[in-house]
Amino acid sequence: MKPDLSLKFAADLTTGTLRVNRTFAAPRTLVWDCHTKSELLDQWFAPKPMTTRTAHMDFRVGGRWHHAMIGEDGSEYWGIVEYREIDPIDRYATTDYFSDAEGSRNDALPSSDWEVTFSEAGDATTVRSVIQYASPEALEQVIAMGMEPGMTTTFEKLDELLLKLSA
Amino acid sequence: MEKYSPPLDAVFHALSDPTRRAVVQRLTKGEATVSDLHAPHDMGLPSFMKHLGVLEAAGLVTSEKAGRVRTCALNPETMTAAERWFEEQRTFWQGRYEQLDDLLASLQGKTDET
Repeated sequence: MKPDLSLKFAADLTTGTLRVNRTFAAPRTLVWDCHTKSELLDQWFAPKPMTTRTAHMDFRVGGRWHHAMIGEDGSEYWGIVEYREIDPIDRYATTDYFSDAEGSRNDALPSSDWEVTFSEAGDATTVRSVIQYASPEALEQVIAMGMEPGMTTTFEKLDELLLKLSA
Repeated sequence: MEKYSPPLDAVFHALSDPTRRAVVQRLTKGEATVSDLHAPHDMGLPSFMKHLGVLEAAGLVTSEKAGRVRTCALNPETMTAAERWFEEQRTFWQGRYEQLDDLLASLQGKTDET
């Protein structure tokens, strides 16, 4: 049977939780590597037309992945993934926050806690992410700026939306 | 008459309170009377009505009075506006994971058929 590779994306506004499930046609070790090795992360983490660049990767508990998503116009959006728990090749838990290019944390912006689990689905691998913000207010703040440094088009659309909504 | 959705920050302020979140969650299952909504909450009716007022001001909830009974419902337009942001996020993840599909295929030595 062919695995269902469609994206399952659920958002709960009232609790500030995002859930993302997706199955990939590859063995679990390989999918795990793609999530935990910076030379592989750099090849997929930011959606086109953006690209990803790693400044520093230390994949161990307490270690960090310091990286930028780079827009078509060259703008850099820096962030840090801090590894809290690692249980190869089943799951890892992180805290994600914004930073600058030097790796200093931007405390003005909310962080989120991620739990990412990997399970076998026949020959395929299912990845489940639960992304939890501290509060609905934290999410409100993130929404006001665009949580992920989205594609330029995403930002423009969001700007338009916010402009329209506050008219 | 032109209708404006309230700003997202009003929506999220309205949702920042646990009582109001519980009311919204209850209303996602369908409309309900004020007394039904109030029943599970350990607070006086006047305080509870203030919460409903915040939800109405944010455009999340609408209410109608028939005789002595006031019935509340979710305003689907406002929820849609607030959820549009999440739709952007969904698109972001879609693009990200399509790249991962391609990477996994190339790592396994499969040629990209698309």
